[in-house]
Amino acid sequence: MTDPDITPEIVAAHGLTPDEYDRILEIIGRVPSFTELGIFSAMWNEHCSYKSSKKWLRTLPTEGPQVICGPGENAGIVDIGDGQAVVFKMESHNHPSYIEPYQGAATGVGGILRDVFTMGARPIAAMNALSFGELSHPKTRSLVNGVVAGIGGYGNCFGVPTVGGELRFHPAYNGNCLVNAFAAGLVDADRIFYSAASGVGMPVVYLGAKTGRDGVGGATMASAEFDDTIEEKRPTVQVGDPFTEKRLLEACLELMETGAVISIQDMGAAGLTCSAVEMGDKGGLGIQLTLDHVPQREAAMTAYEMMLSESQERMLMVLRPEKEAEARAIFQKWDLDFAIVGETIAEDRFVVLHGNEVKADLPLSKLSSTAPEYDRPWVATEPAPEMDPVPELDPVDALRALISSPNYASRAWVYEQYDSQVMADTVRAPGLGAGIVRVHGTRKALAFTADVTPRYVRANPVEGGKQAVAEAFRNLCAVGAKPLATTDNLNFGNPEKPRIMGQFVGAIQGIGAACRALDMPIVSGNVSLYNETDGQAILPTPTIGAVGLIEDLDQIIAGTARDGHVLLMVGETAGHLGQSALLAEVFNREDGDAPPVDLGAEARNGAFIRDQRDWITACTDLGDGGLALAAFEMAVAGGVGLSLDAADMPTLFGEDQGRYLIATNFDKAEALMVAAGQAGVPLVSVGRVGGDMIRIGAAEAPLDELIALWSRALPEVLG
Amino acid sequence: MKAAVLVFPGSNCDRDLAVAFRAAGFEVDMVWHKDTDLPAATDVVGIPGGFSYGDYLRCGAIAAGSPIMGAVRAHADKGGYVLGICNGFQVLCETRLLPGVLMRNAGLKFVCRAQDLAVATTDSAFTGGYRDGATITVPIAHHDGNYQIDPDGLAGLQAEDRIAFTYTGNPNGSVADIAGVLSENRRVLGMMPHPERAIDPEQGGADGRVLFDALAGALVAA
Repeated sequence: MTDPDITPEIVAAHGLTPDEYDRILEIIGRVPSFTELGIFSAMWNEHCSYKSSKKWLRTLPTEGPQVICGPGENAGIVDIGDGQAVVFKMESHNHPSYIEPYQGAATGVGGILRDVFTMGARPIAAMNALSFGELSHPKTRSLVNGVVAGIGGYGNCFGVPTVGGELRFHPAYNGNCLVNAFAAGLVDADRIFYSAASGVGMPVVYLGAKTGRDGVGGATMASAEFDDTIEEKRPTVQVGDPFTEKRLLEACLELMETGAVISIQDMGAAGLTCSAVEMGDKGGLGIQLTLDHVPQREAAMTAYEMMLSESQERMLMVLRPEKEAEARAIFQKWDLDFAIVGETIAEDRFVVLHGNEVKADLPLSKLSSTAPEYDRPWVATEPAPEMDPVPELDPVDALRALISSPNYASRAWVYEQYDSQVMADTVRAPGLGAGIVRVHGTRKALAFTADVTPRYVRANPVEGGKQAVAEAFRNLCAVGAKPLATTDNLNFGNPEKPRIMGQFVGAIQGIGAACRALDMPIVSGNVSLYNETDGQAILPTPTIGAVGLIEDLDQIIAGTARDGHVLLMVGETAGHLGQSALLAEVFNREDGDAPPVDLGAEARNGAFIRDQRDWITACTDLGDGGLALAAFEMAVAGGVGLSLDAADMPTLFGEDQGRYLIATNFDKAEALMVAAGQAGVPLVSVGRVGGDMIRIGAAEAPLDELIALWSRALPEVLG
Repeated sequence: MKAAVLVFPGSNCDRDLAVAFRAAGFEVDMVWHKDTDLPAATDVVGIPGGFSYGDYLRCGAIAAGSPIMGAVRAHADKGGYVLGICNGFQVLCETRLLPGVLMRNAGLKFVCRAQDLAVATTDSAFTGGYRDGATITVPIAHHDGNYQIDPDGLAGLQAEDRIAFTYTGNPNGSVADIAGVLSENRRVLGMMPHPERAIDPEQGGADGRVLFDALAGALVAA
């Protein structure tokens, strides 16, 4: 079959602008072949090149004594002491999940797991942050069901515990759901594998599943002009096979033990193209591939299709030649493909051969280094107008409305579909606050959380960006963990609109400031732009995934509130109701400014919780829904009633930052008061634990009744 | 005391099961599914949870026909102990070492939670460490744990006191709330809940530990 001629239409269908195409002509000095055009489009699309976001991503803090590997590799790596490290990253699979929720979400999980085990780490924890449209929207229920089943279907079979996440519903996601998947793995710090190739004439090996036509040009090609060039138009969504991924994991880890691997890279977006270019580019080498040797699932695949296929569960590796037989035997044992498909070369060339023809011959280093970079115009978000007054309500009625809303009801419907216990090291299962997983065979543990409050980010991108990091920080501190580092998954609308770009820029500024102040550098991440349907953008949703270290299991704040405990609150309360959960869920209003974040107070209060953990039985951070919701969640966890002294909306439902709710006995509370005085940390008594009622001011309701409301809200709408 | 833990492609609780056996004092060998013999002097075979062969065809069906299962059957036939957990229970039903079948959960969804169980018999090496009728909490995590058996078969299990555990609050639609059953000689146990995920308090409870300790005790006493 002959390749089509390169026309302006074909160039446009590859998502390349005329300027970008001119740049290609300039680089190679001739018209590209069809395969070459595909390679450029794969390397230069937003997803791979970060062309709109790079300028701003550079401003983020990525270094620190704890950081072993920052952004740029498959995942970030952070030292956890004793010669061990945690490898983690979060990545979006938004568009595929909206088109085909089960497979879109499943392959999102598969991709992030591969990013982690490519570096030599065994995955030990997963999380996911999900944003859907309102439940009354006709698509939402099937999306939620499909996405949750897909995440469970992949992660459960692969065998990684899913220990946390987020779930929200908002009309801004009606046409564009968000599926952000996080994975973390454990590795010995002296056994980390990177993607940079080294040595000339080294075999380039293809590992894993066979290549099919699924996902060809997933990111860049969606137009009808290609009907004549691709015989069978497959869905652009890839199909995942967790059984193959599990075998690939075991085979890769076994292979890495043998010392056969020089470098390794998983095949994710733009498959063979991106992985080969990445390995060559990082190693300062050229790569020659002979596609005839690529294991193929379908007949008569073209070079173009093979280079752009996004078939799942595949890896590319540069191998020590003397270890070939040993390496091949391991992959045969696991019934996986193992094929030498090329070699490293000294010249700066990316040569693709197929059927004795040169299908591409490009200057390899230019493919990523000369990728376009844009300084998109942006306008700062206008300050939020003064908000209308908030009427006072019966506080228990307000709580009832909040806990029976899909956004604040029990998440059990979701997380019970995920295996949260496999690997038998889960210390704190999902539900409330950070998930905790033991470092296998040790007394150490890692805590994981994913956070963002998109309403805040829309109202005030800078404060909203700070708040996402601060909330992650608090969730870690509240279980007694020392926050180590973060990964960011930045979901925004169309960056070509200055207003949207302004949200992005503001959020990055806020995130950067918070990561600096709280010593949580960003070690990996992903940007997902163009999350718009019919010109309607999603809420700006920069999800922050964070990891904290617990030096000894005894340091976990793991207790629950008990009869006779007093309730104490750390932090200042100003009663900030702007953009609060109360406004959104009870009054159907989203006005006012986001709560301001005092990063100094965050750092101080978080350190106070960790330092004083011996005096704290139960702890939760205050976030959405303020004191009232935090107290309710503490009552649920302890299965015990409680009473709060306050009765006004700002004190109960205000979302001031930097706060924690603590339950502890009277003697320990005394000790905490003294310690707080010395540390200059605001600490006040806010109520007592006991009985079987929730009392707020003069209002009350049986805890059982509230728990029933909270528990059934999601199952009732989702089935 | 020797335990052999089978490893199929797709097993994902094999390590966890080995850890639990070791904690109870067993020496553990991991046995690859393509092997045809168990290590000499194996006292108990552990068939772990996971998704053997991707759960393709039917959970446990392909594993039931894998090379190692001939040796497992021979081990059971001569009175050896076998413990199948979750996918391992499915494999035991598919090999007919245990009666009944495990179907899709009645709620059609995967379900993972801490589950209360009643100890339905203490008359076995696995359950002898529990108090009769005791309530224990053990995690479950499965998509196909809905145990079904014909009425005669059920009557037989009940008459012979071969129901090992029942659910308190049935999570999957199993007939008679059955969570685990014993073979006729009471030496093969299949159960959907994961006792290996409850062997120390840090996991949220240690009720599963009793099972492994009791088995070890029975082997020492024998």
